[in-house]
Amino acid sequence: MSYKNVIQTIHKKFPDAVVKETVNKGQREITLARSQFYETMRVLQDNPDLPYDLLIDILGIDYTPRTPRFDLIYILLSTKDFSRLIVRLQAEEGEEIPSVSSIWHSADWGEREVYDLMGIPFSDHPDLKRILTWKNFEGHPLRKDFPLEGKDFDKPFDPETIEDYT
Amino acid sequence: MAESKTITLNMGPHHPATHGVLRIVLELDGETIVNATPRIGYLHRGIEKLAESRNYQQIIPLTDRLDYASASANNMGYCVTVENLMGIEVPKRAQYLRVIMAELARIMGHHLWIGTHALDIGAMSVVFYAFRDREMIMNINEEISGYRLTPTFFRIGGVAHDATPKFIEMVRDFVKWFPKGLDGYHKLLTENKIWTTRTMDIGTISAEDAVNYGLTGPSLRGSGVAYDLRKAFPYSSYDDFDFQIPVGDKGDVYDRYLVRMEEFSQSLKIIDQAIENLPEGPVNVDNPWITNPDLDEVQKDISALIRRFMIHIKGPVAPEEEVYTAVEGAKGELGFYLVGDGSEHPYRLKIRSPCFYLASALPRLMVGHMVADAIAIIGSIDVVLGEIDR
Repeated sequence: MSYKNVIQTIHKKFPDAVVKETVNKGQREITLARSQFYETMRVLQDNPDLPYDLLIDILGIDYTPRTPRFDLIYILLSTKDFSRLIVRLQAEEGEEIPSVSSIWHSADWGEREVYDLMGIPFSDHPDLKRILTWKNFEGHPLRKDFPLEGKDFDKPFDPETIEDYT
Repeated sequence: MAESKTITLNMGPHHPATHGVLRIVLELDGETIVNATPRIGYLHRGIEKLAESRNYQQIIPLTDRLDYASASANNMGYCVTVENLMGIEVPKRAQYLRVIMAELARIMGHHLWIGTHALDIGAMSVVFYAFRDREMIMNINEEISGYRLTPTFFRIGGVAHDATPKFIEMVRDFVKWFPKGLDGYHKLLTENKIWTTRTMDIGTISAEDAVNYGLTGPSLRGSGVAYDLRKAFPYSSYDDFDFQIPVGDKGDVYDRYLVRMEEFSQSLKIIDQAIENLPEGPVNVDNPWITNPDLDEVQKDISALIRRFMIHIKGPVAPEEEVYTAVEGAKGELGFYLVGDGSEHPYRLKIRSPCFYLASALPRLMVGHMVADAIAIIGSIDVVLGEIDR
C-alpha cells in the first residue's frame, strides 16, 4: 500500500508530526501537529510513492468557544491513483499558520479566502489580503460571532466609504 | 533613449467578455500583457453564511444560484453530500432522473460557453445555433419543474416528483436532434482557419502546472490529466453508464475547446442510456422524516399530517459528523464540505468552487499574450462569477 508508505516516511522523518489517523465514511484523514506542519505538507506533495499533487481546497471551521478555536482542513488529491486525503490542523485565534502556497499554487487564493472570511492569518504568504470583501471591511463573516445580517444592516449603504485595493 | 513604460488597464467588472462581474487589472507593455491581477467579490452573496441559518432542504435553491448556467449539477453535488452525511440511499429511478437532469445541465452550461466564447473571438453565428439548442433544454426544465434556468428539481432523498411522459418524450427528441446541432458547431468552428489561428498555442498550460494551480474539469483534462469525478468517485449510478473521458494533450485554448465539444457527445450518450434504461420504482427514499407524505395520505392519517408539518417547519436532522463529497460540475470539481451538529441546520457548509481556482490561474495563462488573447483565455476556462463569489 503506497498510502501506508507515505505515512511511514513521515513517521521516520518527523516522529511527532501525525497526531491522529482516522477513516471517516471511507475517507482517509490525518491530523497534523503545528510544529512541523510545513515540512510534513512538503513530504505529502513530493514523495515518490503517492504524491498528493493537487490541493483541492482549504477551509476553516470555527468551533468557538473551544480552544484551539479553529480547525483548518486541507483537501488533497493524488493524480496518480485519484485518492483523496484530508489533512486537519488545529489553530488558535490570531495564531499564524505557515502558508503552503509555495508548495501548491492553488493555496494562494485558498488561504486568502480563509483569511478574509475566517480571519486565520498565514505567515510567508506572497499577497495576503482580503479577496471576497473589500479592504476596509470590518470583521470576518464566517466566524460564529459575526451576525448573519451583518454589523451595520440598519445603516444606509454608502459606496463612498468603501476602500478597495487598487 | 526611449523609455520603456507600462500602462495599467482595468478590464471589467462591466466588460461583456468577462462573463459576469470579473475585473482583471492588466499591466500592458504595448499590447503585450506583463501582469494580470484578477479581482473578484463583486457578486458575493454570502451563501455559505446564509446556509448556516437555513435547514437542509432550504439550501437547495441557494445552490442553484452558484453556477446558474448549469443549475442542476449544483443540486446534485449538494444533495449527494447531504445524503452521504445522513446515510441515505436514494432509489434507482431517482438516481437516473438526477443523472439526466445533471447531464442536461452540463450541456446547457457548455451551450452558454460555446456561444459566448465564439462570440468573444468574433464568430457571430454560433451563439444563435447554441441558444436555439439551449432553448430545448430550458423547455425540458420548464416541463419537469416549472422553472427554466434554475429548476430546483432535486430534494434530499430523491427528486421533487416522478418524470412525466411528456418529459421523457422531450428528452428523447433532444437526444435525437442534438447530434445534428453539434455537427453544425463543428462545421462552423473546428476547422475554421480564423478559429484555429486565434486558439491554437494560446494560453498553454502543462499538466504539472495545471495540477499545481488547482485546475479541475475540462480545463485540467485539456492538459491531458484524465481526472473526472464521475469515473474516479462514481456517485448517483454513474458506474452504470458507458462513456469516455476526453483529454487533450497540449493544454491550449483549442484543446480545451475540443475537450468540451467531445463532452457534449459523451453527456448525450449518458442521457440516452439513462432515458432508455430508466428503472421503475419510487423517486423518493422511504424515510418518514425526510420524504414528504402524499396529500391523500395526509387527509386520511393524522400522523402523516404531523410528519408533513414537521418536515416543513423543521426539516431533516443531520448527525454530528463531517463529510466531504464532490461531483463533476460543468466547470470542474464541485465539492461540498458539510459539518452537521445534530440539528436541522448545517454547522458549516463550504463550497469548493471550481471556477474560483480557475480564475486564480488566469495570470499564469495570460502573461506574455496579447490583450485580444486574454478574451480567448477567459472564454476557454469558462468561469461563472456566481460560483467564484458565492
